[in-house]
Amino acid sequence: MGKTILIFAEQREGKLRQVSIEALQVAKMIGGGADDRYVAAILGNGVSVASRKLAAYDVHQVIAVDHHELDAYNPDIYGGLAERIAREVGADVIIMGHTSMGRDLAPTLAARLGAGLVSDITAVEKQGEEVRFTRPIYAGKAFEQRVISCDRWVVTVRANNIPAAQLVEADAPIVSMSVNLDESIRTTVRRVVREAVDRVDLTEARIVVSGGRGVKSEEGFRVLEELAEVLGGAVGASRGACDAGYCDYALQIGQTGKVVTPDVYIACGISGAIQHLAGMSQSRVIIAINTDPDAPIFQVADYGIVGDLFEVVPMLTQAFKDLRASASS
Amino acid sequence: MKIVVLLKQTFDTEEKIIVEEGRVKEEGATYVINPYDEYAVEEAIRQRDLYGGSVSVVSVGPERVGEALRTALAMGADEATLIADDHLEDELGVARALAAYIQGQEADLVLGGNFSVDNGAGAVAVQVAELLGLPHITSVTKLTVEGRSVRAERDAEGDAELVETTLPAVITAQQGLNEPRYPSLPGIMKAKRKPLHRLTLEQLGLAPADVVPLVRRIDVRAPDARRTGRILQGELTEQVRALIHYLQHEDKVIH
Repeated sequence: MGKTILIFAEQREGKLRQVSIEALQVAKMIGGGADDRYVAAILGNGVSVASRKLAAYDVHQVIAVDHHELDAYNPDIYGGLAERIAREVGADVIIMGHTSMGRDLAPTLAARLGAGLVSDITAVEKQGEEVRFTRPIYAGKAFEQRVISCDRWVVTVRANNIPAAQLVEADAPIVSMSVNLDESIRTTVRRVVREAVDRVDLTEARIVVSGGRGVKSEEGFRVLEELAEVLGGAVGASRGACDAGYCDYALQIGQTGKVVTPDVYIACGISGAIQHLAGMSQSRVIIAINTDPDAPIFQVADYGIVGDLFEVVPMLTQAFKDLRASASS
Repeated sequence: MKIVVLLKQTFDTEEKIIVEEGRVKEEGATYVINPYDEYAVEEAIRQRDLYGGSVSVVSVGPERVGEALRTALAMGADEATLIADDHLEDELGVARALAAYIQGQEADLVLGGNFSVDNGAGAVAVQVAELLGLPHITSVTKLTVEGRSVRAERDAEGDAELVETTLPAVITAQQGLNEPRYPSLPGIMKAKRKPLHRLTLEQLGLAPADVVPLVRRIDVRAPDARRTGRILQGELTEQVRALIHYLQHEDKVIH
């Protein structure tokens, strides 16, 4: 008997999220049997573009749930719908991104279905019938491998670690599902302040420009924002910078805060406390800019520039601008 | 208002993690209240001081966890319970133990951290809510309780969402919710006389089969060592030029 693998995909501003395409790949890595069935579901407000995109991947079916009440994640509504979908398709394995939604929905579903949950995975390894999931613990200071020992699985996938599934230009059937909002909904989302509009999400960003106490002020972060903008990246911060009030806690990277694994991490004026290193040391290439040559950040950096960030960062911004200009001319 | 706080004791975030023979070395480590749970304890104390009632702190774990519970009592919680267990390893098992405890408490508000800084799944509080049939709001940066209604601001990947629900409910604390207090000396003295109960899974009516782990840890390893980095030399303009060259042509991460 083949397995039914259900992927809960997400969109951001109408576009299918990259981490969801990575979740599709995890489905393929777990499955692989000829009888396995792949179903991709997407819940949201205005999901037609994203669901057509999903249908172009190697899946048997796409379930699209489109409703204005699904604009923002509501644990009651999403939990109820996701459970219904999981039961209707008879999902053995449920996969989603370890996103704001996934972090909330995955444990909800696992509790409702009595499923084994492994969250925030960075790798999948198959040894015969056994599927081993690798996930960071202590924010990446170590990694553990877990196996699920029951029949139903829920898995969340960390962004930027698994290759994206291949687009096969398929045309899988898209099934629309209706939404009945009944009185079991106890929670309402009143308002969403899109602070992150036009900004790249920190945990999914390919390039992160991050600032520490050395940035010295809220205004100081502007030079970092300019560099991030040229590179199409996101701005992050150390706890020191957040505690000092230079930026919002939403930007904090570290064991408290967010863990990021971008292609390029540019640490500006960050000394490199252990708790910060935990949140970024798995980045592919780390660049450190700091006036103190003995700062611990240089120990994990691939490239170090000993110098004043207010001198170096604008030079980098200009250099990348020139690079972009010469590339497009 | 009866408030229950879910608490986990974790390694101090400044601890180095040493992996030996497939496990994390615990000997000699400094333990603290999981930083996110500290926000939950603080919030519980503030809500109680506003509306009256009591704060009960509960944790599942080995005997050493008693120390973290004492700290919460010293901060101002009224009573603490340690569900003594050395074996529970997966989140759902811990959630079942906590839910069994809360069931008898008639709690109005259950507070927990957004996630623990060790395992980091952020699953337990949500699963407690599910097992008890309560609504939940995670990653909360601002909490207002008025009568039976709850208004919360939550952090969703940088967006702020204003979410409402009704008590009883489970809320998890995100950084920014408050500034946790340090226990005062009189607080520490008082904490010594506050009740710290110990319960077993059996006393909570749970059989081993109820908390059988669905997920097993089979290995732990240290992260791969990073290659040795290079400190760039020369004039700053040259360093910047060299850096861009490496990123483009060696690492191929900039195109």
